[in-house]
Amino acid sequence: MRFAIPLSVFILIVGLLAYGLRLDPKNVPSPLIGKPAPAFSLAKLDAPQLYLAKNDLLGQVWVLNVWASWCVSCRAEHEIITRLSALNLAPVIGLNYKDDPDDARRWLQQFGDPYTASIMDADGRVGIDWGVYGVPETFIIDKDGLIKYKHIGPVTHESLETEVLPVLLELTS
Amino acid sequence: MRGLLLCLIFIATSALAAIEAYEFDSPEMEANFIKLTKELRCLVCQNQSLADSNAGLAKDLRRQTYEMLTQGKTPDQVVQYMVDRYGDFVLYRPRLKTSTLLLWLGPFVLLLLVLGLVIRHMRGRQKLAPPDAEAMHKAHQLLSDTQEKQ
Repeated sequence: MRFAIPLSVFILIVGLLAYGLRLDPKNVPSPLIGKPAPAFSLAKLDAPQLYLAKNDLLGQVWVLNVWASWCVSCRAEHEIITRLSALNLAPVIGLNYKDDPDDARRWLQQFGDPYTASIMDADGRVGIDWGVYGVPETFIIDKDGLIKYKHIGPVTHESLETEVLPVLLELTS
Repeated sequence: MRGLLLCLIFIATSALAAIEAYEFDSPEMEANFIKLTKELRCLVCQNQSLADSNAGLAKDLRRQTYEMLTQGKTPDQVVQYMVDRYGDFVLYRPRLKTSTLLLWLGPFVLLLLVLGLVIRHMRGRQKLAPPDAEAMHKAHQLLSDTQEKQ
């Protein structure tokens, strides 16, 4: 009975630590969810004289996928984004983040281009506006231009099925 | 001697690592910049501030901070800009609000709890200390009796 209090404190601390270990410190909740998507107007990767702006996409659900040719996880994710794009649920816009345009174009040639369009954010300013801190990141934007979903890190088969597609289907229905 | 040189090389590079040559309009602006970059967290290397980190994003966010200050934005506006995009996590000093109440007040609650326990413990010991008056009197007599006999 002497040990009842120390033991219960010990168990409490172990419980809290075990819970803390399971949390992913990389999983920072985005304050942008439910907020209007930050404005941008950026040159297209395949046609730098043409610009794509946020307002061009208003009125439809669309996906923003942040990628770069230097990003290893983007290659792992590429297959999933290709699948997503092939479903034709919504345009998938690539935000080519802090990349060399030549490298980026070569990357798309080599692995295939799943994007409706890719736009170039060479100095990462639009990335900052969107709260991007790790490539790849994926956003879903609704018809009113509000950010509805954000995925940090590569989208996997599992997260495509359980998170991205359900959100997309709900918004497009 | 070689060891010393090697050390010097590392000292020099680490000191230079996270510094860009920014020019400030006033010493206050420079002080604000230094204060802000020390208070904002680099989200790539989460245990470093923007001032410490050499990551690409930290560099970009330092540039953003610098530009906003030179545009005449106040430090509070810069902090709000970062929080709007990256969330409260970007702050090294979390704000006081309901979700962080436990974080701010928890240590004081614990301190009060422990103080309470200590006081209770000390009172318990004091209760043991004074024996009743009769026993004191007997003890005193016993001692004086034996002294008289000697």
